[in-house]
Amino acid sequence: MTRITTDARTVALTRKSRLLLMGGLALAWGVVPLLALVLPAGNPLHLSDYALTLTGKILCYATVAVALDLIWGYAGILSLGHGLFFALGGYAFGMYLMRSIGRDGNYQSDLPDFMVFLDWKELPWFWHGTDSFVWSMLLVLLVPAALAWVFGFFAFRSRIKGVYFSIITQALTYAAMLLFFRNETGFGGNNGFTDFKRVLGFPITAPETRVVLFGLSATLLMGAIVLGRVLITSKFGRVLMATRDAESRVMFLGYQPLYYKLTVWTLSAMLCALAGALYVPQVGIINPSEMSPANSIEIAIWVAVGGRGTLIGPVFGAAIVNLAKSWFTMSFPEYWLFFLGLMFILVTLWLPDGVVGLWRKLRAGRAARRAAADTAAATVAPPAPTTPAPAPAAGGGDKSAAPGVSGAIAKGA
Amino acid sequence: MKVAAKVTRPADAGERENWDDSGSGGMAHPVTEGELDLSHGVILYLDDITVSFDGFRALNKLTLSIDVGELRCVIGPNGAGKTTMMDVITGKTRPDSGTAFFGQTMDLTKLAEAEIAHAGIGRKFQKPTIFEHHTVFENLELAMKTDKRVRRSLFARLRSEDYDRIAQTLTTIRLEHEADREAGLLSHGQKQWLEIGMLLMQEPRLLLLDEPVAGMTDDETERTAELFVSLAGQHSLMVVEHDMAFVEALGGKVTVLHEGSVLAEGDLASVQADPRVIEVYLGR
Repeated sequence: MTRITTDARTVALTRKSRLLLMGGLALAWGVVPLLALVLPAGNPLHLSDYALTLTGKILCYATVAVALDLIWGYAGILSLGHGLFFALGGYAFGMYLMRSIGRDGNYQSDLPDFMVFLDWKELPWFWHGTDSFVWSMLLVLLVPAALAWVFGFFAFRSRIKGVYFSIITQALTYAAMLLFFRNETGFGGNNGFTDFKRVLGFPITAPETRVVLFGLSATLLMGAIVLGRVLITSKFGRVLMATRDAESRVMFLGYQPLYYKLTVWTLSAMLCALAGALYVPQVGIINPSEMSPANSIEIAIWVAVGGRGTLIGPVFGAAIVNLAKSWFTMSFPEYWLFFLGLMFILVTLWLPDGVVGLWRKLRAGRAARRAAADTAAATVAPPAPTTPAPAPAAGGGDKSAAPGVSGAIAKGA
Repeated sequence: MKVAAKVTRPADAGERENWDDSGSGGMAHPVTEGELDLSHGVILYLDDITVSFDGFRALNKLTLSIDVGELRCVIGPNGAGKTTMMDVITGKTRPDSGTAFFGQTMDLTKLAEAEIAHAGIGRKFQKPTIFEHHTVFENLELAMKTDKRVRRSLFARLRSEDYDRIAQTLTTIRLEHEADREAGLLSHGQKQWLEIGMLLMQEPRLLLLDEPVAGMTDDETERTAELFVSLAGQHSLMVVEHDMAFVEALGGKVTVLHEGSVLAEGDLASVQADPRVIEVYLGR
């Protein structure tokens, strides 16, 4: 009886992770504004616009990676079309940014420039209301959510999974890209949206605006991680992971995996969309190439490099790959794709749990060595316990560290 | 109806709310859709069941009934139709002819697999299918009879009676010291017990167990027999098994199947003495 008072299993956030979160928020809303706005440009600690935007961009990517990890790592669904939801969120918010330009565009018209260029006389119906921030935020959330729900419903109901599901998501984002490339679709064709002037009335390239967008991106990322933790430590999360491991058994127990998958899938799409909406004002452009299949594959690589099924790993994965990309595309632009491919192969072969897995392995190894040293030190050690439990339990504890109950397991064992 | 109430454990009390005890106007058996009626003390009737696969008769006019709380062993040589019989009971296979009733009113040949499972027939397959990456505790938690829709799972908190139920099941299946262990690390026998525990968490009335001690050590087999004997009475059990020592340890009534129908029935000693049984099965 006393054995199962493991309240730790329901705790989504430990005290340590709470402190980390507070620290993260303080960094994003306190230290970064200080470095970027207060310190003069000559100071070596000054945060340049370039660095701020690059980091803000990576934070948005990291949010997408966390969203993909939620479905790939915990539900076993690999989407290779997550760039679509990211781009849709970006386009929905981009519509608002385009409308905010007002008459300051090249053609001094109420219509966005590309519509004047196409000789359109009035806004297409789906552009109505997009001058409202609230309405466009609703579009940011609801359009990708609706698409994800409908697509997911039919895919999961037909029990499409594994590589077939991945291929269909690729096709979906590719089809959307082709659609958005067309001028007639009404989203600026292959140029997409750009030349934004302001957001909520503030000049979009002002350092203060950038700092706020950065802070929002960091907050969104932390929010995504917290949401993920809460989900996977709930019973919902345990059902989801059980579905990943043995779906038919889950059905046999009376659960309907369809709705579990659909919930997390739709949520993941909405997180991507929010990240996309924050990404667009920071980089100042959104065009259909964001929907290209290669982009979505890259998201999966971030997750794999960081460590799938760890929530925090994908953040590192997105950061490592994108920093490498920034450096490579400046120094050796022609080799970047080769390097990306090589990284993916190496990670798949040698680091199945990504960098987080590697770090945990190293730490577990050190702990094991220390434990061994302790046992050796105890000269007249009592005979080994008769139950074979302790040894394998320790090994298993390390392996299961991902779902977040490792603390409970370790304490129990 | 009182008989039904006797075998109904308190945990099921909620289910009977729509039974109108007070003013039913002398109706003997209120027949409720999806409600198990055990008024005649029999939980399972198989009558004249025939199943053919491409001309091969897997079951041939099989007639069998199991009493409430009974522990029944079904033995028979390979191809006698044991697994097919379980498939018919759980709705996986539809019989060509014959009837299968769960209690007095529930026609198993017309229900879907999930409905049959929900009605209270739990089946344990030969190969244990537990969630290897979840702890023993979590395996039982997932199996627990409760509202299994998404919105409930999102905010589900275990109540103290849920903890008690899980603790009780852990004790029953002798895994109380393994609650926090990852299920994949259990021994083969322990996995089988965990699977039985998961079945018990679903509060079934009838347990179908297909070769539950296959691959177990002698010690584990013995403990499993003890477990089943302790479950009988509260639950009805049907055990398909090859291991004669195990069947003997269970001590219940034994049914011998041969070529899709019942060859003999009775306690193990009388069945073993039956010359027809010796000829087809035991004496070979």
